[in-house]
Amino acid sequence: MSKAGEDAKFFQRGKIEEFRKELQEAETKDKKFIKRKTALKKIVANITMGNDMSPLFPDVVQCLVTPSLEIKKMVYLFLVSYGRSRPNQVEYVIPAFLEASDCHDRNPLIRALAIRTMSYIPLQAVLEALVDPLRASLRDKDPYVRKTAAICVAKLFFHDAVLVERESFIDMLRDLLADANSTVVSNAVAALMEISERSDKISLKLNFTVANKLVMAMGECSEWGQIYILDSLLSFVPQTCQEAEQLADRIVIRLQHANSAVVLTSIKVLLFLMNYMDNKKVIEFLCRKMGPPLVTLLSSGPEVQYVALRNILLIIQRRPTVLRNDVKVFFCKYNDPIYVKLAKLEIMYRLAREENAKEVLAELQEYATEVDIDFVRKAVRSIGRLAIKVEPASDMAIQVLLELIDNKVSYVLQEAVIVIKDIFRRYPGKYEGILPKLCQNIDVLDEPEAKAAMIWVIGQYAFRIDNSEELLDDLLYSFLEESAEVQLSLLTASVKLFVYKSNSTRAKDLVHKVLKWATEEVDNPDLRDRGFMYWRLLAISPATAGEIVLAEKPPISTDTDRMERGALDQLLLHTGTLASIYHKNPETFIRNARGKALVDSPALNENSRRVLISLPDAYMPGPAPNIPPPPTPSTKPRSTRDTSPDSAGDVSNPASPAVGPPVPHDPYANLESVFGGAYDADVPRPMTDGPGRRGTVVDDEDLLF
Amino acid sequence: MISGFFIFNQKGEVLISRLYRTDLRRSIADVFRIQVISNSDVRSPIITIGSMSFFHVRINNLYVLACTKNNANAALVFEFIYRFISIAKSYFGKVDEEAVKSNFVLIYELIDEIIDFGYPQTSETDTLKLYITTEGVKTQPAPEESSKITVQATGLTSWRRADVKYKKNEAFVDVVETVNLLMSAKGTILRADVDGHIMMRAYLSGTPECKFGLNDKLVLDKSERGVQGAVELDDCRFHQCVRLETFDSDRTISFIPPDGEFELMKYRSTSNVNLPLKIIPTINEIGTTQVSYLVSLKANFNNKLNATNVVIRIPTPLNTTNVDCKVAVGKAKYVPAENYIVWKIPRMQGGSETTLSGTADLTAMTHRQAWARPPIDVDFQVLMFTASGLLVRFLKVFEKSNYQSVKWVRYLTKASGSYQIRF
Repeated sequence: MSKAGEDAKFFQRGKIEEFRKELQEAETKDKKFIKRKTALKKIVANITMGNDMSPLFPDVVQCLVTPSLEIKKMVYLFLVSYGRSRPNQVEYVIPAFLEASDCHDRNPLIRALAIRTMSYIPLQAVLEALVDPLRASLRDKDPYVRKTAAICVAKLFFHDAVLVERESFIDMLRDLLADANSTVVSNAVAALMEISERSDKISLKLNFTVANKLVMAMGECSEWGQIYILDSLLSFVPQTCQEAEQLADRIVIRLQHANSAVVLTSIKVLLFLMNYMDNKKVIEFLCRKMGPPLVTLLSSGPEVQYVALRNILLIIQRRPTVLRNDVKVFFCKYNDPIYVKLAKLEIMYRLAREENAKEVLAELQEYATEVDIDFVRKAVRSIGRLAIKVEPASDMAIQVLLELIDNKVSYVLQEAVIVIKDIFRRYPGKYEGILPKLCQNIDVLDEPEAKAAMIWVIGQYAFRIDNSEELLDDLLYSFLEESAEVQLSLLTASVKLFVYKSNSTRAKDLVHKVLKWATEEVDNPDLRDRGFMYWRLLAISPATAGEIVLAEKPPISTDTDRMERGALDQLLLHTGTLASIYHKNPETFIRNARGKALVDSPALNENSRRVLISLPDAYMPGPAPNIPPPPTPSTKPRSTRDTSPDSAGDVSNPASPAVGPPVPHDPYANLESVFGGAYDADVPRPMTDGPGRRGTVVDDEDLLF
Repeated sequence: MISGFFIFNQKGEVLISRLYRTDLRRSIADVFRIQVISNSDVRSPIITIGSMSFFHVRINNLYVLACTKNNANAALVFEFIYRFISIAKSYFGKVDEEAVKSNFVLIYELIDEIIDFGYPQTSETDTLKLYITTEGVKTQPAPEESSKITVQATGLTSWRRADVKYKKNEAFVDVVETVNLLMSAKGTILRADVDGHIMMRAYLSGTPECKFGLNDKLVLDKSERGVQGAVELDDCRFHQCVRLETFDSDRTISFIPPDGEFELMKYRSTSNVNLPLKIIPTINEIGTTQVSYLVSLKANFNNKLNATNVVIRIPTPLNTTNVDCKVAVGKAKYVPAENYIVWKIPRMQGGSETTLSGTADLTAMTHRQAWARPPIDVDFQVLMFTASGLLVRFLKVFEKSNYQSVKWVRYLTKASGSYQIRF
């Protein structure tokens, strides 16, 4: 008997002919079917290696009659792999076979195996033949067969929805929700969820009684079953606050489960139910209960930690009391994987406030000397954002930034300059003392964003920097080669300089030179138009020009980098899923995915109703593949990450209009601009098949069959 | 849910590939190979291309991959991969290329059983071993026997067979605590917490009903904090077998254990953590050519106990040429490849103290960059000591045949890669 554990030798590429011969030889003198087993193992290994074994179809199918479970399972694997590509042969063999033996086997494991395997072969003939055995299996006396049959209905629906509806399998599935066996119940729930996810006609809706029963059954389910049931509870809409509270009360204990997916899914349900509560005490209690289990998720494997961290980032925006005092647990360990570190950093920033700012800053300073460049840059940015967010910490943050500048590491310096510009805007007149230090390091700056920031600083504070003409003149040498971002800020800075120092001939020459370049030598229409505008402005009335160019700018704040409430409520319905990793609704990045939204009911909390986002009536599928998402409007004049303080708004109309209400259908559209620029680079996001990537990425179409 | 499950070796060769849905093809493996295996800078365990998402976990020299085309529950997918790995471990000891290749037929059988149409199903090793065995199926199980299996696989205690018998009934409880420490250069504790695991090996006949008790003064709710001498747990999580309802109502941990080894409970504690080892580093850069080291180590626990396998990794700058160091206890060696001085002490008695002193010589560098000063890292084990102070008070076993059972409790506090001191 070939013992398992010695199969490695079968991992060799072989020829169809050899295998066929081996199988034929095995038909005689094959005691205990050892020859057949060996041949089949070789074939399975070859399937794995990507060798096409489908020509062996008739030979392999012959083995199906062998009375050995091990052989049967290998043949089934073969059928599942190649059934689709050999419709004619399958049609001959399988249906008859199904009728004849396995589905009526006395052994429940074999009955289940038969329908499970057959339902993997999406051929009309097989599916038709499956109908009767499946109906019998759904009423089988053995729970193992019933739980397998429940999933089979979902499979069948995936391939042929009409057939499932015609044979009224959905009703049978619904009946299984009341099955005595909890595993059967949870699989039926999973199947119904899958079906309602795909169907326009069928959708799972639970009332309080059913929801309650499912929750009761959960105690007896496997951990996976618990997750399926928890997931389904989002199809229940509480009609009174009591309903929501009662259900939440029963679910809270699941937070103690060892499986992190059970914990996260429970949290999803609790967050959902909290929208339908009005008792502040209960909500507080639930928030308090959620914190510790979330922290415990951080002692799981790094992958689960990552999932947890991305979710925590969302949860604390919506329920700020959760983890309010736990910033320390998010401090990075030196050997955390980079994705964990980056996610922790974001949370640290969110949880920072006056009381803990000192600790957080010290920690960020530590990170700023590590080796991973992305991580270091993000740490430096976070220091700057912290200074803007927590006013009492700004002195210390500036101190830290200055120390970092002294280290003279190029990318740290560039990051520091970018954030200091924002700090200047946030606290005008407070930190200009550090200008000389910044000016010393101009030569190191080579990234457009950092350069533009520095140029803005020079222009804005031209009157305080003695050699501002000289500095700007140096920077102007390469004007024509610079990126548009830098050119624009050079242009504006030169105008500011001239306004400040209108008596200086050098400033006059400078501005003249730049305006000439901008209007005559550059193709960029933005730059040209802005050049013309300044030129005329200065020509008509230098005094007015000064008023406009140096108008008081609106202070920046960090309010805008919090996600909009209604959008958050909606996104939190996807807690624990892929959508929660990317912080995007699934319909925006997965084709055919369904959106979710809170459903209004008498119990819906006033606060949640006010920001309620409902799904468009007609179901809108996600964007087709290969079409990059529409460019995100960057109309957030007051955001911290507004990288172009010199943009037209600054020139023409300082009080540029505030952000309008979000576009109803995609409230997240403008979120990406929140962190703007390079800062965005490490934000997890699905890859689209943009032009830059073509060639390395297989087209989405190609991933289909 | 999961559309496909794959295992790759380091070279990117497919060792196992199983598709559960028709929304992908086997060639999806090529995409993963290009995007992840041959990519030197992978920055996420999850990537999404088009509508296809790839979840991977690395173990030894393998990549275990699950793909999905819908908005899958990411936590579930990873938990499932972890579970697969632990099942594989329990079936064939280790999980590496060799083991996977040697057992590929068995693995196919397993993954057919534990996922159906992408939905994880029965994944209790104890039950699986009833009908999926490494010896190959000698004879088909009789229908009556199969019914027993199916009832167990779907039943109330899917983790335990009914007919377990032992001559001697024993239960071993191991309380294993991992201490996480992050100490700042100034010597303040940035974080100190304990990840505790209570592992149990139950060799008990029949269907035993167990009750488990911890310290009398055990505080589980932050609002009850401040009780004198109490052990405070921030959070605890239990194995599937523990009745959460009972725990919620009267704080007793009651359960019917699986047969053999399992993790009964996980907990976390952040208050009153006893740090077993105290490290005081004095590390100075002398000009640009030398770094001086003086690292003292104190065993901060009862002198009847010992710390074993103490390994201290003290970072050196990248341009170190040579390190000269002296220790009174154990051995210290400079490992140039890792830029560490590794100081190993096989055994250290509680209450004792020792130091390492030395200097590192540096070469001149044309482009001097500040030394990042990664933290000092300490690994150790201390038997019969818990950093949280947690103790097992009792473990009662009730079974209808009323047999006597012997219980053993061990405690271990350890650190590996998580006890870090900045300097």
